[in-house]
Amino acid sequence: MVDFTLWDILRNLLLAARWTITLSIVAFVGGGLVGLALLFARLRGHAVGDRLIAAYVQVFQGTPLLMQLFLAYFGLALLGMPTTPWIAAALALTLYTSAYLTEIWRGCVASIPKGQWEAADSLAMSFSEKLRHVVLPQALKISVPPTVGFLVQVVKGTALASVIGFIELTKAATMITNATFRPFTVYGMVALLYFCLCFPISWWSHRLERKLHAGR
Amino acid sequence: MTLDFGAILSQWPLLATGVANTLLLTALSAVVGGALGAACAWARAQGPLWLRYVAGTYVELIRNTPFIVQLFFIFFGLPMLGVKLSPEMASVLAMVVNLGAYATEIIRAGILATPRGQIEAAESLALNRFQIFTRVVLPPALRKVWPALTSQIVIVMLGSAVCGQISTEELSYAANLIQSRNFRAFEAYLVATAIYLALAIGVRRALNWIGPRFIFGRP
Repeated sequence: MVDFTLWDILRNLLLAARWTITLSIVAFVGGGLVGLALLFARLRGHAVGDRLIAAYVQVFQGTPLLMQLFLAYFGLALLGMPTTPWIAAALALTLYTSAYLTEIWRGCVASIPKGQWEAADSLAMSFSEKLRHVVLPQALKISVPPTVGFLVQVVKGTALASVIGFIELTKAATMITNATFRPFTVYGMVALLYFCLCFPISWWSHRLERKLHAGR
Repeated sequence: MTLDFGAILSQWPLLATGVANTLLLTALSAVVGGALGAACAWARAQGPLWLRYVAGTYVELIRNTPFIVQLFFIFFGLPMLGVKLSPEMASVLAMVVNLGAYATEIIRAGILATPRGQIEAAESLALNRFQIFTRVVLPPALRKVWPALTSQIVIVMLGSAVCGQISTEELSYAANLIQSRNFRAFEAYLVATAIYLALAIGVRRALNWIGPRFIFGRP
């Protein structure tokens, strides 16, 4: 019989936390890229594309992330693709993140006064010039606090990947609990670890928001 | 690749039970969690200093940890302290605690937007502090933040899919049960996901209808 000391539990949890962080980064970067592509497609202003992307956002915001993970996991298998929890979790979280980020950023672009677009028009700028020189620099500034804030949602979202068998912090907690029969200690520690990951990001986002409003 | 939805839809009584339980969980946690949020919002905006810190710590602890960890802590962890809960009770408690924290911040934002003069006017009418909060401060605050509160209740409903993991018999549990019987996992979860989407839209509409009529009165 092996005894687990508190340090053994914490050490194993910390090792598993690496995967929570890795998955968060993959989802955030991947979701950011897809979200940006969707944003540009939407700004083009085609009615059909606009509707499709709005529906995409509605579907991902209106269904549980857990179901999205299950669908990715079983859907990949159905398509004959290799199904590992890692690929399914990365795919589902990337799509989930992209839907939220594209909507956040669309709101930021929409908050730029129409006069800015029109002024750029009067300077005979092309669509990409208008975005690059006039709209995006202004939208970028106001998009930083909510984007950083959403990163917290992504980190918390990775906890659900444990359900499809991806071994990160929450899954490791379940495995350690099964070995030690100390759920109170283990889940308490896990909650604190998530807090240590998320709270600084929340705090940073909050501070950025304040700074932005102070500058106005 | 062939999809067979007949095998799923023929199990509709299971799905219907799941939908009913998901809605029941959501309704319970919306009412209790909303009340908890209003109480903590009062504590954070107007309560004594020590209470502000307690409420603030609660809000930050909950908002910066995943719901599934909160649920597992309550269901698996609390029995170590002698608090043994059924899966349903644990689910409701986790949802209430979770929604309460978010509702606190949402309602507090509404309270802070209430002009000071309104409170002074109420004081001059000799209303006590409780009356001032529930009749003067809270209704307009709720009216201002109702869309945000509605969104949060929908988010908590969608989050309740995790409660199936501790065998609470809600919608995702029903989907899991169906796929374990006929091995049509993708179809089962696709149907459940579609139902969740319909529920999200329906609950949002219902709350938009209920709010002005029963919660805060028309402006």
